[in-house]
Amino acid sequence: MRRTPEPIAWTGHVLILAVACIFPFVFPSPFMVNFGVLALFYAFIGQSWNIAGGFAGQLSFGHVVFFGAGAYASTILQVRFGVNPWIGLPVSAVAGGLVGWLIGYLSFRAGLRGSYFALITLAFAEMLRIIANSVEITGGGLGLLIPAKPSVANFQFPERVGFYFLILVLVTVSIAIAIWLKHSRFGAQLAAIRENEDAARALGINVFSEKLKILILSGALGGIGGCFFSQYFLYIDPIIVFGVDKSVEMLLVSMIGGAGTVYGPLIGAVLLAAISDTARVVTNIQGLSLVIYGGLLILIIAFLPNGLIDLIQRLTKRRPK
Amino acid sequence: MDSTILISAALNGLLVGGIYTLVASGLTLIYGVLHIINFAHGSLLMMGMFGVYYLLIKLRLDPYISMLIMVPAMYAIGYVLYKGLIGRFSSGKDENILLITLGLSIVLENLALMFFKGDTRTITVGYSDTMVELGPLLFSLPKVISFFIAMLLCALLGLYIKKSNTGKAIRAVAKERMGARLVGIDVDRIFAISYGIGVATLGAAACLLMPIFYVSPYTGHVFVLVAFTVVVLGGMGSFLGAVVGGLIVGLTESFGGLFLGESLGQIGISLIFILILLFRPQGLFGARG
Repeated sequence: MRRTPEPIAWTGHVLILAVACIFPFVFPSPFMVNFGVLALFYAFIGQSWNIAGGFAGQLSFGHVVFFGAGAYASTILQVRFGVNPWIGLPVSAVAGGLVGWLIGYLSFRAGLRGSYFALITLAFAEMLRIIANSVEITGGGLGLLIPAKPSVANFQFPERVGFYFLILVLVTVSIAIAIWLKHSRFGAQLAAIRENEDAARALGINVFSEKLKILILSGALGGIGGCFFSQYFLYIDPIIVFGVDKSVEMLLVSMIGGAGTVYGPLIGAVLLAAISDTARVVTNIQGLSLVIYGGLLILIIAFLPNGLIDLIQRLTKRRPK
Repeated sequence: MDSTILISAALNGLLVGGIYTLVASGLTLIYGVLHIINFAHGSLLMMGMFGVYYLLIKLRLDPYISMLIMVPAMYAIGYVLYKGLIGRFSSGKDENILLITLGLSIVLENLALMFFKGDTRTITVGYSDTMVELGPLLFSLPKVISFFIAMLLCALLGLYIKKSNTGKAIRAVAKERMGARLVGIDVDRIFAISYGIGVATLGAAACLLMPIFYVSPYTGHVFVLVAFTVVVLGGMGSFLGAVVGGLIVGLTESFGGLFLGESLGQIGISLIFILILLFRPQGLFGARG
């Protein structure tokens, strides 16, 4: 999808991180901190989609399957077995990674690519949604409520800003992974697979195992996102954590920001959060923000296949030096 | 288990499967000719169902009569969508066109949410609760009517594709784009017509579904996976496959509900979809390609 390098000096990365660190102190109102948490949360799960969908070209329509696996893994452990959610966090990464391994193993072995891979992930998500809706341990359609016991040791920060910095750490890690993919041999192999799988195989790249690795990594990040989500909202149900909406949002923030770029998901996520908060405050019409976002997706595919980040770079480059 | 229940579940499954066949025939036509996966299929159907709903509420038009309006209207919508949006981008990577139709479905779904809110709507007509008796078995009359009209329409569509000049051109384009262009077929027009026909079948399906189903902005989700399952089961682009696939999916759903309960019973469709893609991606009737 994108081919131009992304020349961001390390000062750029530091500057972006510094702005993110100062944000909750400049805008300390609960509304703005909540905005920050949601924007970073979407940036994180968007990056989970992006490292498989953008960097490796393994487009997925059901990425929520990893998210939901992580959300249920940590929440079931906590609610049913009293396991501390801080332990649930790595468990949710393992759960997401395992689901990634399973789906990847089956689909890549069967040679599914492109649209077919996208559709089968959707079917897997739907299958897990139905299972979560039907068995007892997940609480069925009623979902699972996490009892509110605010304390840091319990993963429930008494101040919202605690969640903000936790998700900021997670986003930083995910962006570090994306930077590593940009510069590593592994990332280059994934890019080769994305551009032309047969040619990549001819070059001696083990396509199956590279694709499997990236889907496991992507799934693990998605699982962590699910754990964070459950702890922030203290409630999950099959439609919320296995429904189509989250899959679509993950894909949208990456595609609109710039699929296969380091900062694409962050840019897309800030925009998504801004549009949806503005739409909610100004009009209170349900659905308006996603109409705008769906329309943007069409425009991006049509005119800016490398996403908004491309536009930003073009604009900044045009300036005379 | 009582054999009456089994037979009744089987026949009810087949009745609904007939309508699935019609929904999927549009999808398989679009795939067969344009080689694109129309992810907006479910949301276009949802839009059609809202159309049928409002024709009944505002104009007191019977849903089956509405077909005379819905089919041409949806054809026009499909034709325009192709000319204005999908056709412009369908030459690129197949993932891109999948994403465009995804964008389209997001827009349609959320427009529906804006205008109609999230409520679920059903319609009642005079014959809604009428039952047809067949020995010890009872069937709802609208289901029976819808099934037969769906089968009739599928047959007509198949005949049209086989016999008419436009149909022959459609088949020519589906088989060999370049060759069709060389013998003077306006390929782009055939693409738009095929997409229009694919969407028009949704107009008919919407009329057949409304008396026995409900509509909400999320109805498209329900049907998009069903339609894809029918199509991959029968083999992408195969008409006969869509008929058999539709009936199998209808049966699966009905027996799933019977044996596994209402909630877990829905798993059959996604399971079939996954198994077919993993083990027989060419479908039951498709050639290996």
